[in-house]
Amino acid sequence: MKVFKILLAVFIVLGLSMSVANSAGKEPYKIGAIFSVTGPASFLGEPEKNTVIMLQEQINKAGGINGHPIEVIIEDSKSDETQSVLASKKLLESDKVLAIIGPSTTGESMALVPIMNTAKTPLVSCAAGAPITQPVNERHWIFKTPQYDFSVVEAIYAYMKSKGIAKVGIMTVSTGFGDSGKKALQELAPKYGITIAADERYGPKDSDMSTQLTKIKAAGAQAVINWSIGPTQVVVTKNWHALKMGMPLFQSHGWGSKKNIELAGKAAEGVIAPLGRLVVWDKLADKHPQKALLKKYSADYEAKYKSEPGTFGGHAYDSLMMVVEAIKKVGPDKAKIRNYIETKINKWPGTGGIFNMSSKDHCGLDKDALEMVVVKNGDWEILK
Amino acid sequence: MFTVFLQFLFSGLTTGAVYALVGLGFNIIYNATSIINLAQGEFVVVGGLLMWLFSESFKLPFLVSAVLTILVSGLLALLMERLTIKPLPKTDLLLMIMITVAVSILLRGLLMFKFGKNPYVYPPFTEGEPFIIAGAVIQQQTLWVIGITFSCIILIYLFFNRTLIGKAMRACAVNPTAAMLVGIDVEKMIMLSFVLSAMVGAIGGIAVTPISLMEYDKGPMLAVKGFCAAIMGGLGRGRGSVAGGFIIGILESMTAGYIHSGLKDAVALLILLAILFFKPAGIFGSKTALQMRRF
Repeated sequence: MKVFKILLAVFIVLGLSMSVANSAGKEPYKIGAIFSVTGPASFLGEPEKNTVIMLQEQINKAGGINGHPIEVIIEDSKSDETQSVLASKKLLESDKVLAIIGPSTTGESMALVPIMNTAKTPLVSCAAGAPITQPVNERHWIFKTPQYDFSVVEAIYAYMKSKGIAKVGIMTVSTGFGDSGKKALQELAPKYGITIAADERYGPKDSDMSTQLTKIKAAGAQAVINWSIGPTQVVVTKNWHALKMGMPLFQSHGWGSKKNIELAGKAAEGVIAPLGRLVVWDKLADKHPQKALLKKYSADYEAKYKSEPGTFGGHAYDSLMMVVEAIKKVGPDKAKIRNYIETKINKWPGTGGIFNMSSKDHCGLDKDALEMVVVKNGDWEILK
Repeated sequence: MFTVFLQFLFSGLTTGAVYALVGLGFNIIYNATSIINLAQGEFVVVGGLLMWLFSESFKLPFLVSAVLTILVSGLLALLMERLTIKPLPKTDLLLMIMITVAVSILLRGLLMFKFGKNPYVYPPFTEGEPFIIAGAVIQQQTLWVIGITFSCIILIYLFFNRTLIGKAMRACAVNPTAAMLVGIDVEKMIMLSFVLSAMVGAIGGIAVTPISLMEYDKGPMLAVKGFCAAIMGGLGRGRGSVAGGFIIGILESMTAGYIHSGLKDAVALLILLAILFFKPAGIFGSKTALQMRRF
């Protein structure tokens, strides 16, 4: 029984630490957040939640927004569309938030599009899928901070073109992340004069991808592009290394974690990926507009959580800071917040890149937000 | 062309060996209790993660870490059995199976709290370049996994067929009442079967983590594939589950290689269905055993 009591105590403490202590003074501004804190997409939701909690503390310590503290109400969507719809209803109807940031995945974000448009409340999604913000005229209230998948693909293809690679083998994981990557890889190939010699798939928990790599090699490809997140990209890297493929391996932007280099060890040497500048901030020129904020965010996050924030935490940073800046400038008015984000977030440095929102683009990033990065001696190196 | 075929085969052996080891664990508990322990996949994860904890985090020597991992996993299964299975009325098999599902969810939650959501890995048992046979590459660790799988099956076969305790455990599954009447401590045998299967699961986890990495939520996938392996070979037959595991692994790899990688899970499961349709007892199972099955 003692074990249960301890467990109970742990849950209570966790619950308390999540509820927000309001700093006294003016009435707080409420912002909703829906993240996949648990469930299969929890690798996204956890750094996002951590980031938001950290930023809320920092903002309130610095006096909040014009004297008003902010209160970010975080809901766990359990990586489930239905749960995120329920969470949004709660945030909109009972908490009466000014804006919502998140959800973490494309599917969940799509489920919220009609709800947010009806509620006339801005949503700044932390998911990458293009349909979240396109077509823009039907996404009046919807924004997103991660770059488009096709921007990542464009970065890879442009680099390949410059290196004379014209025939590639692609392998994608059979999840939403892999599906959208596969689609972008197929659609953009002709534009860059690239042919896809082999188009392979694998499951998110598979333990060996030698078969797919062997097929790609037999098909006569000049390079492999792997599109996945989590452990499978490490397994692919190890298999690629063991098979001595004699061709470069390109990973998606999901590769952007030091953890992956650690796990793959020497097999990771030479792997190329288009990554946001968050993981390579220390390699940027000092005058780069993103450098100062990336340095502060990385250092603060690592000091607080003893782990690196990663690209995904950065999406939450950008989403929240955009909303916070809008409230600071135009006050607690949903329509004005929306207009501010659409028109005034221009040359705005965030963790994901330099944002240029407009009435035609509710994401504001293109392939220039990414750097081609190669793994060299266990560290990242920016390719010119 | 032969090289490519061989590479597909090696890839299939790698995944198949993992399925086989999980399938073996299912069989041990089934043989003693005629229930399916759906937390079996979690014990593989426990094995891999504890091994990482002992060898990488506490920096203990390899063998010490392995023994500790296996013992702790066994202890965990002992607790599981004492706290969740023993208090139940023995007649309700379905209820017991549901309980194992609950335990698997609980274990996954605890693992997430302790280890977080990141994958873990440690170096393979023997360092060095992979072997190259006729141009195809096979990693040293794969050979370790296959070797360990076969050692486990031999030991388990000897245990169930040559030792008194092993035979007593099998008697409990066939007819617990009769087993009790001849003086077998049925409850103790059930407890033992849980401990044993968790240990086999943990051994599997220790062996495969250097190849496939381990993270807290890998259990369900392993359980599904291992269960397929056990069913395909014939529930309760140790060598059946090993054959089943390798067949599924190789089928997946060949499908991915010669048809399309997107279809590999579907084709493997279709063949499983076909086998069960024409030979419901599985490849090695007997019809009589199937009729006597309570579940």
